[in-house]
Amino acid sequence: MSRPTKAPDKAPDRITTPITGGVGESPLRPDGTLKVKGEFAYSSDLWMDDMLWGATLRSPHPYARIVSIDLSGAWQTPGVHTVMTYDDVPGEKLFGLEHTDQPVMAHEVVRYQGEAVAIVAADHPETARRAVDKIVVEYEVLEPLTDAEEAVFATDAPTLHPGGNLVRHLPIRRGDQHATADVVVRGEYEVGMQDQAFLGPESGLAVPAEDGGVDLYIATQWLHVDQKQVAKCLGLPNDKVRLMLAGVGGAFGAREDLSMQVHASMLALRTGRPVKIVYSREESFFGHVHRHPAKLYYEHGATREGRLVYVKARMFLDGGAYASSTGAVVANAATLGVGPYEAPNVTIDCWGAYTNNPPCGAMRGFGAVQAAFAYESQMDRLAAELGLDPVEVRVRNAMAEGTTMPTGQVVDSAAPVAEMLRRVEAMPLPPAAPTDSYDLRELPGGVSNTTHGEGVVRGIGYGIGIKNVCFSEGFDDFSTARVRLEVIAGEPTAMVHTAAAEVGQGLVTVQAQIARTELGVERVTIHPADTQVGSGGSTSASRQTYMTGGAVKAACEKVRGLLLDIARERLHVEGQLHLDGGKIVSDRHGVLADLAEVLGDEVIDETVEWRHRPTEALDPTTGQGFAHVQYAFAVHRAVVDVDVDLGLVRVVALDCVQDVGKAINPDAVVGQIHGGSAQGLGLAVMEEIQVRDGKIRNPSFTDYLIPTILDMPPMKVDVLELADPHAPYGLRGVGEPPTISSTPAIVAAIRAATGLAIPRCPVRPEDITGTA
Amino acid sequence: MRLRCEVNGESREVDDVWPGESLLYVLRERMGLPGSKNACEQGECGSCTVYLDGVPVCSCLVAAGQAEGHEVTTVEGLAEGEQLDPVQQAFVEKGAVQCGFCTPGLIVATHDLLERRERPSDPEIREALAGNLCRCTGYEKILDAVRLAADRKAVS
Repeated sequence: MSRPTKAPDKAPDRITTPITGGVGESPLRPDGTLKVKGEFAYSSDLWMDDMLWGATLRSPHPYARIVSIDLSGAWQTPGVHTVMTYDDVPGEKLFGLEHTDQPVMAHEVVRYQGEAVAIVAADHPETARRAVDKIVVEYEVLEPLTDAEEAVFATDAPTLHPGGNLVRHLPIRRGDQHATADVVVRGEYEVGMQDQAFLGPESGLAVPAEDGGVDLYIATQWLHVDQKQVAKCLGLPNDKVRLMLAGVGGAFGAREDLSMQVHASMLALRTGRPVKIVYSREESFFGHVHRHPAKLYYEHGATREGRLVYVKARMFLDGGAYASSTGAVVANAATLGVGPYEAPNVTIDCWGAYTNNPPCGAMRGFGAVQAAFAYESQMDRLAAELGLDPVEVRVRNAMAEGTTMPTGQVVDSAAPVAEMLRRVEAMPLPPAAPTDSYDLRELPGGVSNTTHGEGVVRGIGYGIGIKNVCFSEGFDDFSTARVRLEVIAGEPTAMVHTAAAEVGQGLVTVQAQIARTELGVERVTIHPADTQVGSGGSTSASRQTYMTGGAVKAACEKVRGLLLDIARERLHVEGQLHLDGGKIVSDRHGVLADLAEVLGDEVIDETVEWRHRPTEALDPTTGQGFAHVQYAFAVHRAVVDVDVDLGLVRVVALDCVQDVGKAINPDAVVGQIHGGSAQGLGLAVMEEIQVRDGKIRNPSFTDYLIPTILDMPPMKVDVLELADPHAPYGLRGVGEPPTISSTPAIVAAIRAATGLAIPRCPVRPEDITGTA
Repeated sequence: MRLRCEVNGESREVDDVWPGESLLYVLRERMGLPGSKNACEQGECGSCTVYLDGVPVCSCLVAAGQAEGHEVTTVEGLAEGEQLDPVQQAFVEKGAVQCGFCTPGLIVATHDLLERRERPSDPEIREALAGNLCRCTGYEKILDAVRLAADRKAVS
């Protein structure tokens, strides 16, 4: 490193060993060792001596009136401690994230198959399940409403909720609404219902407390929003409902809504015993919301050079029986409906509707996934119409910093869309499919021995996606962090306490990294997440590193300021001081003292609430407004081999470029990109909750297929770091973008291989063989 | 019924086992060994994989009574005190663990693969682990971990 010619006596770079494991490095996860030893306590692992097991009776019908409920069979079952229904809900009978519209247990009517009707607590889980089976409910079965478009527009559709069947309609109007173009491409697209399929089913343990409240150990994405809803339904003040985050076996959006939280608490308060509820895999398919299935109608107008003149779209998202987060999903699909492209004239309408299908809400990608499948399919259609290369047509329309979005929001940080496309295109391709020799494992169908190469064609496809990061539309989005600095056994130690949910993504690692960097101490402990500290906000919208990371950084800065004040006083120095390697360092005089010496017995303990820059609500008639905090991008190139005789697809390569602003933990970033891409692969070729007449036909891992290690190809990943000046460390949210772009890339590759239009995902064998 | 078997090298005896309980249930709820995970209850996800007389099985598909008089090794039985098994160590180091719910099953399945095969090829690794679902990692770092563990075992 070069030095200034007039260096001070003791230059700061002469000091100490630097702290390792800070921001920009990839320290190992602090919970990794417990997890590989099987000692990490997930919500389903909790156990107390005198605990009971809860079970739930669910509706077999998607739409029916409840005529009567006979609980006597359950009550008479030996080992049963209590049986409860809607009538026993002590507080508010309804809950919900955006709309309070979902009953804790069904009342008079059931609106989807799987809706909770009654709950039981017993001394063995099987006893509880058998008791549930003995409850007799008489239903008057009604014709279910199963089409979102009909729900909104058909005059003879039944009205499922008092306010009607529309959850939200968001129009976006920008530029000339009557623009015309030389080249026009139209398409109708469909996206199937995807499940988050986290591995650790819904579970938790409710423990009745001496003060009449409840202590709830739970796997969730947002402790405080659970606390608020549970307390209301129990008729208790918030401070009597204390939540502790138990180990979370993945989330991906499925833990944003309540599942068994109120039920377990009700049973615990009624029986005076701890009550544990663990859903089976089948029950889990009924116990959480899914990704909205969508129908999308698109029209793109362009010049002969391939520049977009206008984009028109009508989108229908099926919200199912209850609203969950449908309103926000609608906003994402609409505002991001053009994709990462410049389009001067935009007419978009997006509707989110109530039906009697399974409720839909948050899943990784949140509305942006459905739109991306359609707009990327359209870009390929446009390229084909113009005889242009798919990458070229995207580059010609690529948005950039300074672009005005369809909402009128001007993008004010890096948006390297064109560069990302060029970079992914330049990555080396996998070797050509072998023609003379073959290894079954490298062919579609694998060791099922369905082909030796005959009928197999290869295709390459591209997909790029855009996602908003953090909560939008003027939401007061904040996170709280408490940081405590003290000397323990002679060593300065920082403790970080937040309520932010670690769900597997590695937030606990990142929190410690930020504390090390900001405080210059090696030893950092992470306090278990609970509601004893302020809200951390939701672990969703790719927001936790940004928000809770930002809060931890801000709290550390406050602690550091106080520490340096103490140092100035005790060391009798003035001027700029900073912390490095456990030392107090002066710009002028170099190392002054050990942090531990200066701090002595004193404890600095500070809590900070931190917010991102404010956003605005969207105008309800034009969809205009500065609604999003930050945009993030990923691009994929997929290579597939397709057996056209059997309709089997093997994804050969799936390469990705993503801009992450700043990789706080580069290994974890790449892990997010791998995992997100895999979920997009699932939506492209495997994963769909099959719903017929409102009923789920495949609620198991035997019939709902998620990618295995045989289905995922090797991935090349290129991470860009173009700092966002508005975000902590310049970082950009990471988790969602790769889930958005991998699906359209893979489907585009299948189209390129087969020449088929394929307007729907996931792509089923019969879509390829023409036998659908 | 009473169930007697050897678990992680120790003789265990539990009473009041209901004959319908799975080996997984008994391990988790009656023996205090919740390391093996229940994610599908039908042998599709591999999260509950344990050794039964040295053969990896989905413990959710084994009736508890079938373990009577047999030897069971779970993920809790692989480390020697604080010393992780090389497979466990490699999973931690390579970032193959995110939420970790699939991890115990993958550790046992990988342990078994490397007992049978020194330095397996990628297609062999994929085939051996095809019965273990992971929803977080996209499997890339799991492959990295298996390769690392195989290399270390081969030179040790």
